[in-house]
Amino acid sequence: MKLLAERRRHPMALVVLLLLGLLLTGGAYAVFTGNSSASAQEYTASDVEEGEKLFVTNCATCHGMSAEGTENGPSLVGVGAAAVDFQVGTGRMPLQMSGPQAQVKEPQFNEEETSQLAAYVASLGPGPAVPEDEYLDTSQGDAAAGGGLFRTNCAMCHNVVGSGGALTRGKYAPNLSEVSEKHLYEAMQTGPQNMPIFNDANLTPEQKRDVITYVREISETPSPGGAKLGSLGPVAEGLFVWFFGLAAVIGMTVWLSARPK
Amino acid sequence: MTSKQHTAEHGTQLEQVNGFTNPGLPEHTPRLTDISPAAERTTERQIAGWFILSMIGTIWFIVSYFLFAPDETMASIQLQNMMFGLGATLALFGIGVGLVLWGKTLVSGTEVAEDRHPIEGNEEDQAVALEILNQAKDESGIARRPLLRNTLIAAVAIAPLPAILVFRDLGPLPGDKMFTTLWGPGVRLCQDPGGVPREDRFIRAEDVTIGSAVHVIPEGMHESEHPLDEKAKAAVLLMRIDPKELNTDPAKEDWGVDGIVAYSKICTHVGCPVALYEHQTHHLLCPCHQSTFDVTNHCEVIFGPAKRPLPQLPIAVDSEGYLVAQRDFPEPVGPTFWEINTRETSEQ
Repeated sequence: MKLLAERRRHPMALVVLLLLGLLLTGGAYAVFTGNSSASAQEYTASDVEEGEKLFVTNCATCHGMSAEGTENGPSLVGVGAAAVDFQVGTGRMPLQMSGPQAQVKEPQFNEEETSQLAAYVASLGPGPAVPEDEYLDTSQGDAAAGGGLFRTNCAMCHNVVGSGGALTRGKYAPNLSEVSEKHLYEAMQTGPQNMPIFNDANLTPEQKRDVITYVREISETPSPGGAKLGSLGPVAEGLFVWFFGLAAVIGMTVWLSARPK
Repeated sequence: MTSKQHTAEHGTQLEQVNGFTNPGLPEHTPRLTDISPAAERTTERQIAGWFILSMIGTIWFIVSYFLFAPDETMASIQLQNMMFGLGATLALFGIGVGLVLWGKTLVSGTEVAEDRHPIEGNEEDQAVALEILNQAKDESGIARRPLLRNTLIAAVAIAPLPAILVFRDLGPLPGDKMFTTLWGPGVRLCQDPGGVPREDRFIRAEDVTIGSAVHVIPEGMHESEHPLDEKAKAAVLLMRIDPKELNTDPAKEDWGVDGIVAYSKICTHVGCPVALYEHQTHHLLCPCHQSTFDVTNHCEVIFGPAKRPLPQLPIAVDSEGYLVAQRDFPEPVGPTFWEINTRETSEQ
């Protein structure tokens, strides 16, 4: 302490102080802004190697031998492990057939193969990684805050309770009630098909967790008012009334006016 | 019975018009319950059965009030509501069906026609009514007392005047509210977390990556007098598109920042929030009436009932790297209104 007090008016003190300050703020900046969803999972060299083999045999037709993209499929350089985990994990890729958008089907690869494919694609260029479990834990999320974010950012396409809805020219926003927490996160992070990307600056990982919590909460809460009819609003309810309600009214009218035998 | 049968016959004896013969009532055929006492008894029991079903429904409602008392969960409320509905439906439907069945099968089934009486009154009634009116005229002296008559007319005539004041309170006219929003030179773009946020979250240009869609409100919205009204006009959707894909109008060259463009979220058709953005086709779809806007062509309408492109908010980056508005929207946002062309929007 005495030493410090003696030297504090030394000509170099200012320089040292400045350096210290710069280092501190720079370090803190790196700590706080470091890509918060960076590499939740470490991939080994053999994962990448196996992934490349799988890629060449299953994906290269459309995406090119080194994932550089062709006329039939986009480049995968820099899409990150999250995009692969979402597209392959939900069965959207490999694509069943070309059409307005990729269809969900039974996943074609098991978890290990999916992760190897993800490792290979992640090795091609930096991109969003598979999210950490911390951000998928809905017990830590705030469903009310998530509801606000969902209604602002998601509800216009996915419907206010996540039942999905139609887009232009045969495309649609899917129902979210059966989608896993991880895939919900990855969809927000990578923007599959025509969905916009919600990067960490737009929706922070904590906010993404709130959104996921809201989706879970809303799809698990039964409706006190009776059958939800898919929560599709006036379309489903109108159809029900049109076919069943009107049929009942017509049937009663016919019965009322019929002569008894 | 006989008097009614008489009217029924009377109703059939109409003059022949245009060659059509009134076929009259069809021949009366007795119902099964009229001729078979056994069928009558069965039907009686059926009707009583419906009434008993109604009673069961009512009792079920009361029982389920206690039996399915809801706890904290939505599922228990759903169950109780369903049981209430079941009980109430049985209770009312049973009474209704029983009554209709009774009327159709057991109440006398003889056909009856009843003539309408003429619409005009008879001469005697008309004379009485006229007399009453004349008497009122004489007794009130309205013909003899022009002062009273004229002041009465004047009083009635001006009685609606207060309505003008009351209806005036619907105003004042909106003034320039339809033409302006909270956006102005240097107003920073903030993220919209839903509702009215208590603090602003500014947006850096670098954070809006290609393919992103950010929902945006103006800085300081929460400090305005009616924040939600202001939000309804000023809501903006921010998108970043590869500049190579944008067909930028030379006159609007500097309205975006390196592919980042901001458009009003309020549909020019009837004002729904247009925010269904497809980041590969760059179509913006309105969920209400499917108006579709092409973001690469300054949001021109490519489908649907909207008539005007979505107004673009000219944006720039300030010295700290945050996105700011260059000025307010150059044209009014939202649906077209009658006075939309009454003023030139100022180029600031």
